Amino acid sequence: MIVNRKPLTFWERLYLPAIVGGLKVTLKHAYATLFERKVVTMEYPEQKWAVPPDYRGAPYLVKDQEGHTKCVSCQLCEFVCPPKAIRITPPGTAGQPADRTNAEKMPAEFEINMLRCIFCGFCQEVCPEEAIFLQKDYSLVGSSRAEMIYNKEKLLALGGTHAGVQKWKLKLEEAHAQENFPVKP
Amino acid sequence: MSTAALTETKSAPPVEKIKVKVDGREIEVPKTMPDPISGKPVPTTMIQACEIAKQEVPHYCYHPKLPVVGNCRMCLVEYGTPALGPDRKPVFNPDGTPKIAKSPRPAISCATPISPGMEIYTSTPGVKQMREGVLESLLINHPLDCTICDQAGECKLQEYSVDHGQSASRFVEAKVHKPKAVDLGPRIMLDAERCILCTRCIRFTKDIAGDDALGIINRGSFNTIATFPGMPFDNNYTLNTVDLCPVGALTSKDFRFKMRVWFLKETKSLCTSCGTGCNTVIGSREEKIQRYTPRENDAVNGPWMCDAGRLNYKWIGRDDRLKNVLVRGQKSTWTAALTEISEKLKNAPAGSVAIIASARQTNEELWLLSKLKAKLGAVSDSIARSGAEDKLLVSEDKNPNTNGARLTGICYTEMGINLVKIADGIAQGKIKTLIVFGENIIQRAVSNEKLRERETISEVVDEHGITAELLAKLDALIVSDILPNETTRLAHYLLPGCAHAEKRGTFTNVNGRVQKFMKAVEAPGDARAEWEFLHDLVFQVTGQNGFATMEGLFNTMAADVPAFKGLAWASLGDTGVTVEI
Repeated sequence: MIVNRKPLTFWERLYLPAIVGGLKVTLKHAYATLFERKVVTMEYPEQKWAVPPDYRGAPYLVKDQEGHTKCVSCQLCEFVCPPKAIRITPPGTAGQPADRTNAEKMPAEFEINMLRCIFCGFCQEVCPEEAIFLQKDYSLVGSSRAEMIYNKEKLLALGGTHAGVQKWKLKLEEAHAQENFPVKP
Repeated sequence: MSTAALTETKSAPPVEKIKVKVDGREIEVPKTMPDPISGKPVPTTMIQACEIAKQEVPHYCYHPKLPVVGNCRMCLVEYGTPALGPDRKPVFNPDGTPKIAKSPRPAISCATPISPGMEIYTSTPGVKQMREGVLESLLINHPLDCTICDQAGECKLQEYSVDHGQSASRFVEAKVHKPKAVDLGPRIMLDAERCILCTRCIRFTKDIAGDDALGIINRGSFNTIATFPGMPFDNNYTLNTVDLCPVGALTSKDFRFKMRVWFLKETKSLCTSCGTGCNTVIGSREEKIQRYTPRENDAVNGPWMCDAGRLNYKWIGRDDRLKNVLVRGQKSTWTAALTEISEKLKNAPAGSVAIIASARQTNEELWLLSKLKAKLGAVSDSIARSGAEDKLLVSEDKNPNTNGARLTGICYTEMGINLVKIADGIAQGKIKTLIVFGENIIQRAVSNEKLRERETISEVVDEHGITAELLAKLDALIVSDILPNETTRLAHYLLPGCAHAEKRGTFTNVNGRVQKFMKAVEAPGDARAEWEFLHDLVFQVTGQNGFATMEGLFNTMAADVPAFKGLAWASLGDTGVTVEI
């Protein structure tokens, strides 16, 4: 596509009026900052930015209201992750059983490479267990690449608690209720 | 078994063909098909006709290799037959076509025989509605376990729900709960809730494996698959029920919670645990083998394989695999070691070299060794391996390529008879160089006195007199193997080789079927496929060349070995070709 530039007008070709116009903006902000205390920048590390509620920050694993791992190692997030930042080690036959009753399965290891993560939120969207959420952390630092691969322990510690429907627990309660006849719905 | 059924159809006179229409398309279908169990001709069913017409009919309980029971109702179709007038003569439409009397009710296509002129409708609105209804009924008590279910990704209930089911459930009542993680046997775990009671597992174990171990207990919606109390489900074919199970009710304890199936790279391969050569699929992820599953080949194993063969993959990923080329115990390179070996072999006087090759090597590797043998005038043999056989698949011969070793001339019809000659040759100092491929020869070595004693008592052929003391007399012991053992520790030249999953090649099974297998994972460390370095060695010793690729190597071998005449790598296909043995 060819964009036709309009030739500059006489006023624009004078050059100085535009300089003066720019200086006017600068001086206006200088005056507001110095004499009216209207600050437009932020003293970043000391001052923190108010993160909007729907912000997509770092993905962390969450625990349920009883402090148990929600993730069941279904590996859908690993599958859907576009930059392949997630890596899950399933428990296997000999692995630890889930710490939640009735869930049968939880990951032996869950790693997110925060250097690879593009914060797209697919993992949160695909998760059938509401176990991973993009949270408000935006400033992730580390002194080595290895340090930026967050393991399960770290992700769970950072993720906090997300109270939700405890479906595996409810299922077990429903099953126990059926042990007595007549079955109550 | 299926193999019996196949040979029977080949020898039987051609069966009468009848014309039926599937969704408006006319096809010719044999009037009878062999019964999967007895092999006797039984009337062709509608689902078989639909399969011939390449029209998929969803089904759960029907399996082409199992008896028909017709209990899942998923394969319901509508059909019509040519109408007959009161005079029992066909009625025709005004345009001359036969008038079709549509059946007022649908029929299960797996158990309804076809008749001449029949029309089958597999995608009418009525059929679609019936499938939706059947799926809704099946899902009523099915737990939404997909997140923790090993079958997810290869589950027929998932697939058909997407293709033919409803998007939402209307069921608001509590689901019936049944036992979860029930230990059925040493290799099988049952989740009774997920079961849709198709009874495929019951029929398989009763009619194919010949062990009537499973049954259904309890009534109505509490129906559960179970074994007799206290009786484990532990025959050698139990894991086939995991493949057969259309849902995640029967799961393999070995594969349980190990890897989601959609991550597995599937490679066509062969089982090497016995001479049958069952066709397999290797499921691997990131250079790690996760499981073997059988691959259908009616000429060899049908769709089944034994548990022992299926679980015999863990040694491939062992940490103590041979990874380095060693020359007299020192780490070396392939180039240096092969140059040194070829110099030695080139200068070796005729008759001073012996070769013991394993019948676990591929046809190509054994043929390359036979080229070395011809050049050096060497004595060669393999070591026989035998064990228990069964009626279904397991062969008495535990080597996967015994016939390959015979056909390429590495050993005689009776394997192991040259071992005495080799032992004597070493003892007399005639044989100075011994090449050993893939065999721990010391393991079955017994001293000469004992051997003489034993040969008079029994007919043990897999024992021989090549002991460690004899090996110490050699000038050069060239060993290639995969795992460390006593022989590899004594080797002057140790060449790390590959498991079958790490290379390509062909095996000739006990019935003379030449089958190829593909590479699934990379070999660890410096290990190289035997055919690759044997090719280098043969070139350096004999000057013979012309097969830098597996395809070229196979085709060259086929032109050279009389039994393989006319074969080509490409013409083997996925299921192989039977040759005269």
